[in-house]
Amino acid sequence: MNDKPKQQYDIAAIMNENINVMRDVVPWANETRFRVTKVEKGHVFGTQPWAEHLVGDPESGVIHGGVITTFLDNLCGMACTSAMTEMRFVATIDLRIDYMRPAEKGRDIIGEAECYHLTRTVCFTRAWAYHETRDKLIATAAGTFAINKARLGGSKK
Amino acid sequence: MNPQLTNPRADEIDAILKRLPFAQTLGMRCEVLGDEMTAILPFQEKLIGNVAIRALHGGAIASFLELTAMLQVFLVSDMPRPPKPINLTIDYLRQGHAKDLYARAYVLKMGRRMASVRAEAWQENRAEPVTALMAHFLVAAD
Repeated sequence: MNDKPKQQYDIAAIMNENINVMRDVVPWANETRFRVTKVEKGHVFGTQPWAEHLVGDPESGVIHGGVITTFLDNLCGMACTSAMTEMRFVATIDLRIDYMRPAEKGRDIIGEAECYHLTRTVCFTRAWAYHETRDKLIATAAGTFAINKARLGGSKK
Repeated sequence: MNPQLTNPRADEIDAILKRLPFAQTLGMRCEVLGDEMTAILPFQEKLIGNVAIRALHGGAIASFLELTAMLQVFLVSDMPRPPKPINLTIDYLRQGHAKDLYARAYVLKMGRRMASVRAEAWQENRAEPVTALMAHFLVAAD
């Protein structure tokens, strides 16, 4: 595994090949049911379907902001990993969400996340949620992520 | 309605949680003592975000804190329904372990149009919060 430490990988391509696995291994992502649809280097797209059990306002039937937070947080984290040249996972340091307008009942939400700067330890990201195009936004997010050290054989606390 | 309740809105908090499908999905509940409310998120396998280190998902914690902040604004106001969020910032301070999570929210300012709220979630030790949230809610009726 560490015989070629300098080797660079096309992480985005590897992620694209495993696009469904990335969500399936995250129990809370399975609960909120979002899908990752496309991975490019530093850029990730996804869909959050409407579902009854995610409703946060019973009068309007609109899904809860927390679902959008989960969705954008996850896409931002994946955008960080896709921007790298070796497989590293990230942990959210902070995330800011602005809610522009409520999502519509029964409609899919499209999410897009971008990792626009990367240092050795931190990734900077932004993300958008909308129904059709980015000119009519439901929410935006800005998040910073810490890059976890490469660990061989499990976690140390 | 429990006549011994010190805050008549405590029963309404319970009713709101029961009516909110997403709060039921999270499985959260609240205990109200006067104007002080503690929200409880009992651990469930579905709240996990990383199976390798068995950490709670940041999105689940954020959702829980957003609901806690929203309900605290409702509790100390006379609003007919819970307020709508404008924005929020979440600081992930420590890993959320596969255990119950607790939260309290503080309304820093209750304005005529907006409320500023801070909320913190903790597990074993309240002085070592897992996650902190700062949020703004729209409280005006129009």
